[in-house]
Amino acid sequence: MKALMTTWLSALLILFSSLAQANLTIEITRGSDRATPIAVVPFSADGESVPEDVAQIISDNLERSGYFAPLERNAMYDRPSSGDQVQYGQWRALDVRYLVVGQVSRAADGYRIRYELMDVSGQRRMIGESVSAGANELRGGAHYISDQIFEAVTGIRGAFSTRIAYVTAQGADQDMQFALYVADADGHNSQQVLSSREPILSPAWSPDGRKLAYVSFETERPAIYVQDVGTGQRAQVASFDGINGAPAWSPDGRQLAMTLSKDGQPDIYVMDVGSRNLQQITNSSSIDTEPAWAPDGRSLIFTSDRSGGPQIYRHNLSSGQSERLTFTGNYNARGRLSPDGESLFLIHRSNSGFQVARQDLGSGRLVVISETRWDESPSVAPNGTMVIFATQQGNSGVLGAVSADGRASYRLPSARGDVREPAWSPFLN
Amino acid sequence: MQFKSHARTLAIALSLALIAGCSSTGGSRDGSMDGTTRADGGVGTGTAGSGQVSGTGVNGDRAGQQADGRIPEVRTIYFDYDRDSIRSEFESVLVAHARYLRSNGNARVVLQGHTDERGTREYNMALGERRANSVKRFLEVQGVSPSQLQVVSYGEERLAVRGNGEDAHAQNRRVVFAY
Repeated sequence: MKALMTTWLSALLILFSSLAQANLTIEITRGSDRATPIAVVPFSADGESVPEDVAQIISDNLERSGYFAPLERNAMYDRPSSGDQVQYGQWRALDVRYLVVGQVSRAADGYRIRYELMDVSGQRRMIGESVSAGANELRGGAHYISDQIFEAVTGIRGAFSTRIAYVTAQGADQDMQFALYVADADGHNSQQVLSSREPILSPAWSPDGRKLAYVSFETERPAIYVQDVGTGQRAQVASFDGINGAPAWSPDGRQLAMTLSKDGQPDIYVMDVGSRNLQQITNSSSIDTEPAWAPDGRSLIFTSDRSGGPQIYRHNLSSGQSERLTFTGNYNARGRLSPDGESLFLIHRSNSGFQVARQDLGSGRLVVISETRWDESPSVAPNGTMVIFATQQGNSGVLGAVSADGRASYRLPSARGDVREPAWSPFLN
Repeated sequence: MQFKSHARTLAIALSLALIAGCSSTGGSRDGSMDGTTRADGGVGTGTAGSGQVSGTGVNGDRAGQQADGRIPEVRTIYFDYDRDSIRSEFESVLVAHARYLRSNGNARVVLQGHTDERGTREYNMALGERRANSVKRFLEVQGVSPSQLQVVSYGEERLAVRGNGEDAHAQNRRVVFAY
């Protein structure tokens, strides 16, 4: 039995006690053909009523990742709740490679979830654990277990216990309502961070997952704010003449890259968050915007139209030199690097629309990975396996997500209004 | 940049020369699809160009004849796809605003730049600013004090019309005079 994980869960739940809800639902749009067959057997509850279907949450998480193809429940002849009850032959016959079994029981201050991950062909238990979850923390417990299973099978750290920030918008022209939300990565437990009749855009998580930087027009002009998501405390950090946009945290959380047009054309600047001192990074007569840091903090990528149309460039912070990274097509913008720094995710104008694409920085090869059009704002999961982005379904803005290899995808529509500007949090645990 | 020789006054000719000069870094680029009809051929003056989509129902020429004491009624002008140049049918609108601002030195106006919704948000923020700056330069050449003019780009954040048709795009590519 491993250490309990109640501490961080409780912390999260206190921080994000919900005020206004704008939960997103999930629709799987494409499953990967390389997904590993797994069965997550409904967890037994000893006849007690449990408010969340923990096994279903785990199964949905694993399926969305594109790495797993969970077995339908009605195909399960047998429903063991612990490893010693498993008859491996039955599951082998169903071509299941891995099996998850478990039980949920009431505990003094909430629930205890026991789970085991079994390797069907090896006929052995891979991991097993007992997890404590507070009365309202069953979903968090299920996400934690999903993370453990994901890592045990794939070797990649799970990112199911992370959060997303996003902006909702309703109305048009002068009569609009905007709101900034944070929610669990699966769209549940949404909490409003800010609402305004003026535009809100470009939310960015600090590397410690505690703060959001964003652009708000609440003073009828754009300004950059930094807000503590837990306490709500916030500060205006940039309100120069012209554009104050596209904030991006450095990996150490001490600096914010941003776009300012105070001297005429939009250029990239870096602000020291503590002192508010500004350093100008680019100085061209073209548009330079949408900065993002390389994971090692040594360079910034950004969008520039210095060659005529928007393309992605990389600025080396020690040499001061910029090099162009994208050459495929005449519109490549809003780049974000994978956590290993080897892949660039961006918005590429293709023959069918504006789509999310991945460019391998080693070979320079660019591949479109989304099946939607009118895509915007790609944001990479902290483990690099998924990219969340904004797209359109009919005339509504929805969030979409696609696996980094493009094989699996899902959508997160909202019940009302447009959803846009998703930002995937760093690891929070 | 293809400006036709519509200059009615020396001032306008000067404005155009300045704007043409300043635009040498390239026009606004809304992210339109390759191969879609360009607004300067397809939509152009037909739909959004008349000024009527702003809801005022007053066309540019009448706006140009208003008394100096009143804010001109046409307060939205539209742009072609991929352009930040002032379309000839809106020159009289700008001249009317310039006359009003010159005669009313205490008047202030915010030039709100907008794009259509194609392409990325922060890049469109920059494109909307280019359009509003193009209007600002025109007014300054007309003798309006820079202190009366403020530029705010909204990019694609406040669409006038929703939808992905070229009509909607044309009505979203605009600069609004907000007094």
